[in-house]
Amino acid sequence: MNYFPDEVIEHVFDFVTSHKDRNTISLVCKSWYKIERFSRQQVFIGNCYAINPERLLRRFPCFKSLTLKGKPHFADFNLVPHEWGGFVQPWIEALARGRVGLEELRLKRMVVTDESLELLSRSFASFKSLVLVSCEGFTTDGLASIAANCRHLQELDLQENEIDDHRGQWLSCFPDTCTTLVTLNFACLEGETNLVALERLVARSPNLKSLKLNRAVPLDALARLMLCAPQIVDLGVGSYENDPDSESYLKLKAAIKKCTSLRSLSGFLEAAPHCLSAFHPICHNLTSLNLSYAAEIHGSHLIKLIQHCKNLQRLWILDSIGDNGLEVVASTCKELQELRVFPCDLVGVGDTTVTEEGLVAISAGCPKLHSILYFCNQMTNAALIIVAKNCPNFIRFRLCILEPNKPDHETSQPLDEGFGAIVKACKSLRRLSVSGLLTDQVFYYIGMYANQLEMLSIAFAGDTDKGMLSVLNGCKKMRKLEIRDSPFGDKALLADVNKYETMRSLWMSSCEVTLSGCKRLAQKAPWLNVEIINENDNNRMEQNGHEGRQKVDKMYLYRTVVGTRMDVPPFVWIL
Amino acid sequence: MSLEEELQSNVSVASSSPTSNCISRNNTSGGLKEHNYLGLSDCSSVGSSTLSGLAEDDKATISLKATELTLGLPGSQSPVRDTDLNLLSPVKLDEKPFFPLLPTKDEICSSSQKNIGSGNKRGFSDTMDQFAEAKSSVYTEKNWMFPEAAATQSVTKKDMPQNIPKGQSSTTNNSSSPPAAKAQIVGWPPVRSYRKNTLATTCKNSDEVDGRPGSGALFVKVSMDGAPYLRKVDLRSYTNYGELSSALEKMFTTFTLGQCGSNGGTGKDILSETKLKDLLNGKDYVLTYEDKDGDWMLVGDVPWEMFIDVCKKLKIMKGCDAIGLAAAPRAMEKSKMRA
Repeated sequence: MNYFPDEVIEHVFDFVTSHKDRNTISLVCKSWYKIERFSRQQVFIGNCYAINPERLLRRFPCFKSLTLKGKPHFADFNLVPHEWGGFVQPWIEALARGRVGLEELRLKRMVVTDESLELLSRSFASFKSLVLVSCEGFTTDGLASIAANCRHLQELDLQENEIDDHRGQWLSCFPDTCTTLVTLNFACLEGETNLVALERLVARSPNLKSLKLNRAVPLDALARLMLCAPQIVDLGVGSYENDPDSESYLKLKAAIKKCTSLRSLSGFLEAAPHCLSAFHPICHNLTSLNLSYAAEIHGSHLIKLIQHCKNLQRLWILDSIGDNGLEVVASTCKELQELRVFPCDLVGVGDTTVTEEGLVAISAGCPKLHSILYFCNQMTNAALIIVAKNCPNFIRFRLCILEPNKPDHETSQPLDEGFGAIVKACKSLRRLSVSGLLTDQVFYYIGMYANQLEMLSIAFAGDTDKGMLSVLNGCKKMRKLEIRDSPFGDKALLADVNKYETMRSLWMSSCEVTLSGCKRLAQKAPWLNVEIINENDNNRMEQNGHEGRQKVDKMYLYRTVVGTRMDVPPFVWIL
Repeated sequence: MSLEEELQSNVSVASSSPTSNCISRNNTSGGLKEHNYLGLSDCSSVGSSTLSGLAEDDKATISLKATELTLGLPGSQSPVRDTDLNLLSPVKLDEKPFFPLLPTKDEICSSSQKNIGSGNKRGFSDTMDQFAEAKSSVYTEKNWMFPEAAATQSVTKKDMPQNIPKGQSSTTNNSSSPPAAKAQIVGWPPVRSYRKNTLATTCKNSDEVDGRPGSGALFVKVSMDGAPYLRKVDLRSYTNYGELSSALEKMFTTFTLGQCGSNGGTGKDILSETKLKDLLNGKDYVLTYEDKDGDWMLVGDVPWEMFIDVCKKLKIMKGCDAIGLAAAPRAMEKSKMRA
C-alpha cells in the first residue's frame, strides 16, 4: 500500500542504484515491483544464459545500461573451450529491435564480433560507454565502427581482451567532432598505433580523465599526450624506454609535474627503470598503482617508486618485489586497501618470489587492507593465523600457493588451521580462494564460519564428499562455487539440489562426479542447466554405453529461467 | 612386464628411443589411440602394484613413487575415467598433467609420504579401485620421468598440449630441472592467458636484449578447416617443428580420423620428427601460419626461432586452399628483409 504517489516513490528509488537493493525492493509488493521495473536504469546480468533478451526487455523496458557476464570464471585459465558460448550478438540484436535507449554496455568474458560492434554502433543514438573485459572475437575493425558511429562516445575501455589488431586506422575513425571522450583504454592492443591521430584525439578531448596506452606508444609521444591532457586522472603508460638525458625525457618530466590530478598509474609494459624517477613528484597523489605488467622494473627502482607513494590504496605488483619490497610497502602505504601480487615467472625459474613473510608484513603494516590476491611459493599456518589477527576486515582473500598440495613448509601440516583462522576472524569475507595442502577440515571451518561467503574457489583440496557438503550446507550466501581437481563426487553434488537455485553457478572439473550423478541432478532440477563440457569426445560418452560410472571432466551448472540455450556447441551436452 | 621392470627400464633407458610401450604407442597410433597418450591400457596391468609398497630403498622406485604419490593426491586425477579397462574408448586423458613434481624430490618425497596414508583415504576408495588409481599415477608419472623419450614425441593432451610439451622440452634442455614442472598443470597457476602472454612478450623483448632465452608462454590460436573448434598452443613449449607437428597432429587427429590413409590407420609406427608435412600432405592438409604482417605462409621454411617470433596464428588448411602460399622462396625473402 502506497502513501505516496508513484512518482514520489520512483524518485526515492532513483537513489537506490545497487542492483541487489533494487531486486529486494521489487519484492516488497506488486506496486513497488511495477514502479521499480519501469524505473530501473542499470541492469546487471551475472550469467547471460540465466535469462534471455526478450524477457529482459519485457521486465525492464526503460533501462539504459546493461552488464553481461558470459563464460565461467575458470575460462580465464583455459579450462573452457573457446567456442563454449557467451555470444553478445543476440543481445545486441534484440536490444536494437526493441529500440532500447542503450547508453552503456559492459561485458565480461563474452564473445564479441566485429559484426556485433558494428550493429551496436549503429543502433543506439545515445550510446556512450563500452567496457569490455576479457572478451574476444573482435578486431580493430570493430573498434573503428564504434569510433566512427558513436557520436556521443564517452568511454571506450578495453581491459585484457584478445583483439586481433589489423593495424588499421581505427583511431582516425573518431570524427573531428568527437570531443566527448572521458575514458580511452586500448592497452591490450598489440599493434602499432597511429600516434598523430591519437594526439589529435586527446587534444580535442577536454574531458579526458582516463587514458591507457598500448605498448606501441613511445615515451616521447607520452610526453606530448600528457601536455595535451594535464587534467588526466588515470594514466596507463605504454612503452617507457628512453635515454634519461634526452629532450623527450625532460619534456616528460615537465609534463608530469603539471598532472596534478593524476591518481592512478599503470602499464609500463616496456620500461627503462631509471626513467621512473620522472614520476616521483606526483607519487604522493597516487591512490592506485598497477605495475603487474611491468616485468622489467625490479628491485631498487620499484622500491624507490613505492616509497614515494604514501597514499596508495590499491597496489597490483609482481612477486619480483620480494618480501623485502613488501616490507617497504607495509611501512609506506598505510592507506592500502587492496593488494595483488602476481607471479612474474610462470615457468618457475625465477629469482625472487614472495613468501608468507611478505604477507605477514603487509597485514601488520596496512590496517585498512580488505582485499588481497597473493601468489606465493610457500605458506605456513602460523603466518595465516597472524594475518587473520592483524586484518579481520578482509572481504576478499585469495591465496594461491604455486605448487598444488603444498603443506605448511615448516610443520608439513595441511593449511586447514591457517585458512580456518582467516574465516573465523574475517566475518565479512565474501570471496575466498584456497590452495596448498588442505583436508576436509578446512571446509568444515568454511562452512561453519564463512557466513557471508559468496564466492569460493577450490583447487586440489579436500578428502571426501564431506568437504563439499560442509560448504554447501554452511555457506548460506554462496553464489559461485568453482572446484577443480578435488575428490568431491555425486554424493555431495546431489545432497541438496535446491541449494543450486540460491546460487548463480557451480563449476566442477576433474572431480569425482559421474555422468549418472549429473543426469540425476538434471532430472531433479529442471530449472538448472547442467552442462557437460567434453572437448574430445563429442558425445562419445553417450555412445559408449559406459555412462553411469563414467566420470565427467567438466561440469558447469547454473540456474536459468529460460531453459536450454540455443547456441550449444557440439562438445557441450546439456542434460 | 611387471610394473617395476617396466618403470625401471624406462627410467634407466630414458635416452633410448621409445621402446616404452606406453609413450611411443601414443604417437604412432595416429588415429586409433590418439587420446591414449599415456598408454593407460598398457600400463594398467602394471599399475596395480604401484601403491603396494615398492621398496623404499630402491632409488628408482622411490623417485617414481614420489611422483606417483604426488599425483595421487586429492582429486587430481580422475582415475576411473573409463570403466573399460582396455581403455579403447577414447576417454579424454586429461588434462591433468600437472604434477608439480620435481622441484625437490625430497620435498615431494616427504609430503607424498605423508600423504600415502591420507591419499588412500581421500575418497578415492569409494569409486576407484587401487588399480585405477595406480593406473593414472603411472600414467602421469610416465609422462614426467622420461624426458628424453618424451621430448621426441611431445606427448600432449588433446586439449592442452601446451602444458605437457613444455615440461618435456624444458626437461630435455635442463635435464629435468625442477622449475619447469610448475607450468604443467592445465590452467595452473590460475593466471589469465592474457597476462601470461603479455608478460611473456615483455620478457622476450627484454631477454633478447640480455641474451637470455625467453621464458614464459606464447599462446597462439590454432584452427583447422572443418574443425568445430580451435585450440591454443604455447609455441614456447616446443623447441622445433617436429614437436609442434606432433602436438598439432595429436590435437586435430580426430577430425581426420575418417581420412586416415596409409599413416594413421593401423600404424604403431614410430613417428619421426619431420612428420607433419608428410602426414598432413598425405591427408591433403597443410600447416600455415599468419605472420606479423598478416600474411599467410607455409610453416617450416624459416628457422624455428624466427618462426616463433613472427607467428601470430596457426591454421591447418586443406591443401587445395593453400595453393599460392609459396613456401620457401617467399618465406626466405621475408626473413631476409627482416634480418
